[in-house]
Amino acid sequence: MDFVFTDEQRMIAETAQAFFTENATSERTRAAMAGDGIDHALWQAFCQELGLSGIGIPEAAGGAGLGLVELAIIAEAAGAQVAALPMLGSLALTAQAIAAGGSETQREAWLPALLAGETIAAHVAADDLVAEGDRLTGSCAFVAHGTAAQLLLVSGAGGSWLVRADAPGVTVTAQTTMDQTRPYARVTLAGAEGEPLADPQAGSRAATEAGMVVLAAEGLGLAQAALDRTVAYARDRVQFGRAIGSFQAYKHRLADMMVEIEQARSAVYWAACAVEEGSDEAALALHAAKCFCADTAFRCAGDMIQLHGGIGFTWEHDAHLFFKRARALQTLMGKNDWHRDKIAAMVLGETA
Amino acid sequence: MKLGFTPAQEEFRAECADWLNAQMAGEFADIRGITTLTEKAERRKEWEQHLGEHGWSCIGWPKEWGGRDASLAEQVIFAEEYARAGVPGRVNHIGIELAGPTLLALGTEEQKRRFLPDIAAGKTIFCQGFSEPNAGSDLASVRTKARLEGGEWVVDGQKIWTSLAHISDWIFVVTRSEEGSKGPKGLTFLMMELDQPGIEIRPIRQINGDAEFNETFFDGARCPEDSLIGAVGDGWRVAMTLLSFERGVSTLGQQMAFRNELDAIIAAAKANGAASDPLIRQRIAKAEIGLRLMRYGALRMLSNTDHASVDGAALTYKIQWASWRRSLGELAMDVLGQAGEVTDHDGYEWPMLPNLFLYSRADTIYGGTNQIQRNLIAERGLGLPREPRGDA
Ligand SMILES: Cc1cc2nc3c(=O)[nH]c(=O)nc-3n(C[C@H](O)[C@H](O)[C@H](O)COP(=O)(O)OP(=O)(O)OC[C@H]3O[C@@H](n4cnc5c(N)ncnc54)[C@H](O)[C@@H]3O)c2cc1C
Repeated sequence: MDFVFTDEQRMIAETAQAFFTENATSERTRAAMAGDGIDHALWQAFCQELGLSGIGIPEAAGGAGLGLVELAIIAEAAGAQVAALPMLGSLALTAQAIAAGGSETQREAWLPALLAGETIAAHVAADDLVAEGDRLTGSCAFVAHGTAAQLLLVSGAGGSWLVRADAPGVTVTAQTTMDQTRPYARVTLAGAEGEPLADPQAGSRAATEAGMVVLAAEGLGLAQAALDRTVAYARDRVQFGRAIGSFQAYKHRLADMMVEIEQARSAVYWAACAVEEGSDEAALALHAAKCFCADTAFRCAGDMIQLHGGIGFTWEHDAHLFFKRARALQTLMGKNDWHRDKIAAMVLGETA
Repeated sequence: MKLGFTPAQEEFRAECADWLNAQMAGEFADIRGITTLTEKAERRKEWEQHLGEHGWSCIGWPKEWGGRDASLAEQVIFAEEYARAGVPGRVNHIGIELAGPTLLALGTEEQKRRFLPDIAAGKTIFCQGFSEPNAGSDLASVRTKARLEGGEWVVDGQKIWTSLAHISDWIFVVTRSEEGSKGPKGLTFLMMELDQPGIEIRPIRQINGDAEFNETFFDGARCPEDSLIGAVGDGWRVAMTLLSFERGVSTLGQQMAFRNELDAIIAAAKANGAASDPLIRQRIAKAEIGLRLMRYGALRMLSNTDHASVDGAALTYKIQWASWRRSLGELAMDVLGQAGEVTDHDGYEWPMLPNLFLYSRADTIYGGTNQIQRNLIAERGLGLPREPRGDA
């Protein structure tokens, strides 16, 4: 038991933080928001120059090795900048599913391009999916970064398939989305051809684990950044002849944010370690991390607006980027109440 | 970063569990499962001594003072198994968790020799004399006076809220030793024997009917000149050092006691059907999440050896567990419904869950109230301006 970062993990954190702080600027993110919600140059740089995109994917599968803790570190750093990147769809969901559940041919065909950022993937969770052989029919209205994707990971009806976005029978329609850094698209499949994952269970399990860790870590990074930026403002802004950060009502609200954030930090790295170490707490930890961190992110982003006053309500200020991303975190991969009910079922002994 | 324990540590866990369970099934079966601090105090002093005799009292201390030089992981394990086995809380927790570590850090060799083995052996029970009627959150306003007279300290004044003073042997007190001094300057930290004519202890009844804390009056109370820790006038630093030990390994044991409380709530909810109420389910899940995060927060704080930087997990720990437990008390009552508002006892005595509901209102007060915790977090953790002080 040693629940602190190793030196290597600390180095990865510093590298990732420096990279995103310098490059995932508000200006660039806003440019991406006007397009398909991806800062493509940043994604290329992240995948190719920084070389961190293969983290969490075994070396045997063409990745950089390391594990979910390191993946969380990166997602936390990206979340702190609300970076407009397809990290969730391309890396956490699709690359993980292929690495864990794909055949060797599938891994070779897709992973290098995904990790190099040359191919972008999105996840289509189609509740109404009907598979006739490998012909897929169904739809999903909330496919994150769907319009930018060349590859779709389609799951439903107990299976997982890889589908090319330009295949006949696939329609992708952009949706105007509240969080413009990860816009949704409606994807409709009408008898589209899919290539089944060799081991769909292993694939979807790995994707779910990595996806939940990434969302939780993003929420943590976002919440911490919301706090840091608000603290900076609180020292600067003067009203009634005092820095507003000297008013106790204001201070205490910031303190409460920190209390939540420290718990969120424990949650993210507990979940990442529990999965990595094959702990029997892993399932509970993932549900806990997802809902706790999403709630923390939302609360901190909301407080960020309130504690900035009028400027916090403007389009010009970044607070709304935090707030909208935090809202999306609450519903992605299951609403928070649903995760909590899962936990209740576990502790009440209703599940095996 | 790693959560799991090594096979050797798991073996140590089994050893702890076996020994503790054997004691609780045998000679000390009568105290198993007690959850208040005052019940069967005399038997629990015997338990303190029994722990000492078998070397299980202060396992993290150096061997020469009655400890085992146990590693951090082993201390974590012991604390967890202790509570898991239903062993009641340590009546000498102030001695082993606060006085002992303070002596280890700041005491002279002579003082260590005099106190540490007896604390570890359960023969010297300590209580804490910090708060006064006019010095609570603002501890630096203490007025209890100490002056040197004929090679002895003579102490006059009053402490209040002194937990377990009525069953303790010694008290450590923060005194004002420099006439006319103000605030943190001019304070001296003294250790005094309670059994003397100059000290009178009067119990104070609490909201749950119990009387765990007391008023402690000093009227010409005496102790030898070398009873101070640190230097004359250095009492504030000593007091602050002592308070820093409040976040030690024992927090893990405290959490196992919380585990038992949450399990009792879950059992009650299953028994009376509350477990099918969606709102209660959400609250049970939140309580479960909070408890787990408390464990991992504590493990982060204990694993962190980089004392140079602000440790967010440590700074936020007190308000986190106190607020969590207060909500747990409310959840307990909402699960029980009106059945929680009556007791089978003839006297004003409460079963575990209603008592939790009442007692947990103290958690957000002692050891620094939630408001004081927020001030500390904002000032030390976030670097915000300090609270202004009045002149009164
Ligand atoms: C069960 C129990 C056991 C205890 N055991 C001991 C013991 O063994 N030894 C010992 O020395 N003491 C003990 N205490 C005392 C405890 O430490 C004090 O009660 C606590 O520090 C608060 O002091 P106070 O009661 O004087 O309240 P006050 O300090 O008067 O506070 C009253 C209210 O004002 C608020 N407040 C005060 N200052 C500020 C501020 N700057 N900003 C915002 N709000 C503020 C507080 O948060 C609180 O809500 C115990 C208390 C309890 C309840």
